[in-house]
Amino acid sequence: MALNYDQAVAKYEPTLGLEVHVELNTHSKMFCSCSTEFGAEPNTQTCPVCLGLPGALPVVNGKAIESSILIGLALNCSIAPFSRFARKNYFYPDMPKNFQTSQYDEPICVNGYLDVEIETDEGAKQFRVEIERVHMEEDTGKSLHVGGATGRIHGADYSLLDYNRAGIPLVEIVTKIVGGTGKYAPQVARAYVTELRDILRSLQVSDVKMEQGSMRCDVNLSLAPIGSGALGTRSETKNVNSLRSVERAVVGEVVRQANRLETGERIVQETRHFLEESGQTRPGRSKEQAEDYRYFPEPDLVPVVPNSEWIEVLRATLPEKPSIRRKRLQDEWNVSDKEMASLVNAGLLNVVEATISLGADPARARSWWLGEISRLANEKEVDPISLISASQVAEVIQLIEAGELTDKLARQVVEGVIAGGGTPVQVIAQRGLKVVSDDSALMIAIEAAIAAQPDTADRVRGGNIPAAGALIGAVMKATGGQADAAKVRELLLKHLGKGE
Amino acid sequence: MAAISRDDVAHLAKLARIEMSEAELDHLAKELDVILGAVARVQEVAGADVPPTSHPIPVNNVVREDVVRPSLTQQEALSGAPAQADGRFKVPQILGEE
Repeated sequence: MALNYDQAVAKYEPTLGLEVHVELNTHSKMFCSCSTEFGAEPNTQTCPVCLGLPGALPVVNGKAIESSILIGLALNCSIAPFSRFARKNYFYPDMPKNFQTSQYDEPICVNGYLDVEIETDEGAKQFRVEIERVHMEEDTGKSLHVGGATGRIHGADYSLLDYNRAGIPLVEIVTKIVGGTGKYAPQVARAYVTELRDILRSLQVSDVKMEQGSMRCDVNLSLAPIGSGALGTRSETKNVNSLRSVERAVVGEVVRQANRLETGERIVQETRHFLEESGQTRPGRSKEQAEDYRYFPEPDLVPVVPNSEWIEVLRATLPEKPSIRRKRLQDEWNVSDKEMASLVNAGLLNVVEATISLGADPARARSWWLGEISRLANEKEVDPISLISASQVAEVIQLIEAGELTDKLARQVVEGVIAGGGTPVQVIAQRGLKVVSDDSALMIAIEAAIAAQPDTADRVRGGNIPAAGALIGAVMKATGGQADAAKVRELLLKHLGKGE
Repeated sequence: MAAISRDDVAHLAKLARIEMSEAELDHLAKELDVILGAVARVQEVAGADVPPTSHPIPVNNVVREDVVRPSLTQQEALSGAPAQADGRFKVPQILGEE
């Protein structure tokens, strides 16, 4: 009978290793000055260096080195006093040079750690994930396999290559072996990748979007009988493209490997591909026949020798640790764990904090960014923070608080700003979006509404307060929605002798 | 003992996707062995005080500003490609790998 996850971890101890690749958000590529902008026409962001044309000479992007050092510092690593690039040779068309410029035995950062917290049966518990290395390399081009039924390599007639992505700075963060997690291996893996993503976001070195591939995770996993003290043969699962998938990939591999071991089958050291739909993995290329990469020091690039002054300057710019900052902001704003998680997951923490620091009410700032602005961003399939600035949102919120805008008008103002109508004040002026707060103007509309619906007015006078809704509606309509409904209600009831 | 065996050469040829005949393998194994032997002599000369060198000039930390400069046009980029389609480099099917 097949083992399920609980049965598998009752018998076997999982050991994890995680490799995370992050695309840095530099303007230009790692070794040349081509743009890194996403979405350009194919092969319009290439040059002799990233196409590997003969005689082209690479030069390292200084910003990419700084970003890599920042990442190392944030992960409690030592920064290597001497670091070198190396050629990783392989024959595959995603790199036109026939090698990837990477780092081998002299990475820029080594020996760090990241503490993560997970919920266990005994309450919250901290795990330390040790970091082996952080190294610099470059992304590969994009292949499109044409022909065959599946779009996969097998059965394809030919492949089409776009090298716009080739040479975009990439940082690889590799953990040491993570043991002792027991049945919590999936949660530890997810918590680590989550915390890492938050740290990278706080450093502003990458946009860390797993679904878009700017952050990618490979999960190494092996099993050994509990108490054996041995290390089993590991598999490496690629294509894990969301935080939830990290957790599911670990569960899937634990169950698969445990069942193989149960039936006396061998675990093959291999690369496997995560299948998003089923949570299972399928075999990729077998590592036993994997390439011999023939690494050697890159002769076209000079060593990176960070001096301690430079490192200390960078260390001084490190932001507050995300886990500490989250706790602080959650206390300050007094919000639930769930709302805090929504803000973090939507990547809105910085902009909401900025909006509040510009004088906006915290509750309103959160609800505008998570609500209306996120909704509009979703429709347009863009990032909310690309639509409107924190200062513009703060301005709108302050106008609401001053009674100059209703929520409804404010939505129109926000839409106007997003549509390119200028600042909130300009949109208000252009569209005439002011609350009608002049009592005499409102009274004219109220008297007109009563004159048009005398029976309704009588019912209100007779004590049927809910009937006033029809009259308020008529006034709102007459003022083009620019009146404050609460104000209209107050004036109307007072006029009909039903005021407080 | 030979510094490089015939099997090593066959393996390297496979990694580099170079087809070699039996005669070529025999010939190259001997020739490469001589070359490696010569390089090994140089290694003997370098003492512990000479660090492995990857660059002829002792210079470090040469970096560029993170500034975008114009790239080649798509036409220029593809001008040397034996085959192209849809603005992309067209390469033969890739077998036995993923």
